[in-house]
Amino acid sequence: MNRTKPVVTAAEIQKDLMPLRRRGLLRGGLSLGALTLLTGCDLSTHSGVDAALEAMLRFDDEVQAAIFGQDRLAETYPASALTIPFRFNAYYPEWEVPNVDPNWHLAVSGLVADKTPWSLAALRALPQTSQITRHICIEGWSQIGQWSGIPLQVFLKRVGADLRARYVNFTCFDGYSTSIDMASALHPQTILALVFDNQPLAPQWGAPLRLRIPTKLGFKSAKNLQSIEVTNRFPGGYWENQGYDWFAGV
Amino acid sequence: MVSTPKRARRPAHPLPIRLMHWTGVYAMACMILSGLVIYNASPLLPFSFPRWAGLGGWLGGALAWHLSAMWLLFADGAAYLIYGFMSGHFRRDLHPPTVPELALDIRDALKFRLAHRIGHYNAVQRLLYAGIVVVMIVAVLTGLSIWKPVQFGWLTGLFGGYPIARGIHLTMMLLIVAFIVLHVTLVVLYPRTLVSMVVNVAAEQDEAP
Repeated sequence: MNRTKPVVTAAEIQKDLMPLRRRGLLRGGLSLGALTLLTGCDLSTHSGVDAALEAMLRFDDEVQAAIFGQDRLAETYPASALTIPFRFNAYYPEWEVPNVDPNWHLAVSGLVADKTPWSLAALRALPQTSQITRHICIEGWSQIGQWSGIPLQVFLKRVGADLRARYVNFTCFDGYSTSIDMASALHPQTILALVFDNQPLAPQWGAPLRLRIPTKLGFKSAKNLQSIEVTNRFPGGYWENQGYDWFAGV
Repeated sequence: MVSTPKRARRPAHPLPIRLMHWTGVYAMACMILSGLVIYNASPLLPFSFPRWAGLGGWLGGALAWHLSAMWLLFADGAAYLIYGFMSGHFRRDLHPPTVPELALDIRDALKFRLAHRIGHYNAVQRLLYAGIVVVMIVAVLTGLSIWKPVQFGWLTGLFGGYPIARGIHLTMMLLIVAFIVLHVTLVVLYPRTLVSMVVNVAAEQDEAP
C-alpha cells in the first residue's frame, strides 16, 4: 500500500519549479518599492524592470570576474579571533539537518577523466590544508571560523578535470546546490573541507564534506556535498536561481 | 523694486548641475530604499525599517537594485566632482568658510535672518554642501570595501575591517538621510529654490537687496 506516497514529490519537480519561483519572487518583491520610484509607469509591466535588473546582475558578474585576483588571498586570523559560538545557517532550520548516509560517496561527473566515486577514507588520504578565515553572509553578518580540507585545485587535478572548463557545480544531499567559476575553483584558499573547528565536520556544519571558499559570500560554501560536476553549461544554484547574484565574490 | 540686469546674468544652477542633481536624487533614492531592505536582513542596531519603506521587497531583489543603482550613483558623483573642479564651481561657490564667517551665519540662521540669495552660497550652506559631498564619498568607498573586502582588502583595512566598514556605511546613510530632511525642509520654506533647480533662473545679484 503506497497511498500515502505522493504521486509527485517536491524534490522531483524542484528543477521545474525553480524558474517559476524566481520570477514570482523577484516580481512580487520589486512591486513594493517600485510603487514609490516608478510612479507613472505601468505597474503591470514589471517584467521589463526584472529583465533590466537581471542584466545588471550579469554585468556585475563580469566586473567581479575581471577584478578577481587569482593570487589575492582572503585575510587569515589567529585562533583567538574565532567566533564562538559559530552561527548555524541554511535555507532550513537546524532541526532539519539531514543525517549522513553511512554508505556516502562523493560522485564526480562532467569534464573529468576519472569518474570513480570517492569514499571518505580516500578523501582523507589526499593532501590537506587549514585556514582561519571570515565567513561573510549575503545578509551582512560575518563570523570567523577554522576549516581544513583538500585544496579544490588538488582534487580537480587528481580527477583529471578539464581546467579550461567554465564552471564547477556542487549538488548536496540536503537539496541545496551552487556553482562557481573555474578561476575561483583553482584559488589556493578554495577547499573541500572535512574539518571544522579541528573536529571532523558535524552534520550541521556540512558533514561529511563541504565547500569552503572565503573569496565568495557564505551561500557559495555549499554543505553536505553529494557530487561535483565540471561543466561548460551554466549550472545556476539554489539561491542564484531565485535572484542572488551568481558570482558573489567578496 | 527689482532692478533689471544690464546684461544676462549667470544661471543660479547651470544645466549640468541641474541634470546631475536630479539623476543623483533618483540614484540615491534607489540606494537608500534598497539599503533599508538589506539592513533589515541583519540589523546592526536594535530596530528594523518598515517593510513598506523598502525597495526590492526581499534581500535578493534589494541587492539587485543596490548593485545596479550603484553604477548610476558612481557615474553621477564622478561627473559632479569632475565638473565641480573643472568649472570652478567648487572654488567659487563651495570654498570652506572661515570660522568667523560661519559663526556669523549660524547666528543669523538661528534667528531666521540668514540671507539666502539664489545662486549664492552662505557659510552654512557651504559647510553643509561640501560636507555632504565628503559623506557621500565615504559612503561609496565603504560600500566598495564591504562589497569586495578581499579584492579591495587594503581599503577595507583602512576603514578598520569588514564589520567596522559596514557600520560606517550605515552611519553615512543616516547622515545623508539627516541632510535630506534638512535640505527638503528648507526647500519647502523657500519654494523658489526648487524652481531654480528645475528651470533656468538667473542668479540674484551680489549686492544685498
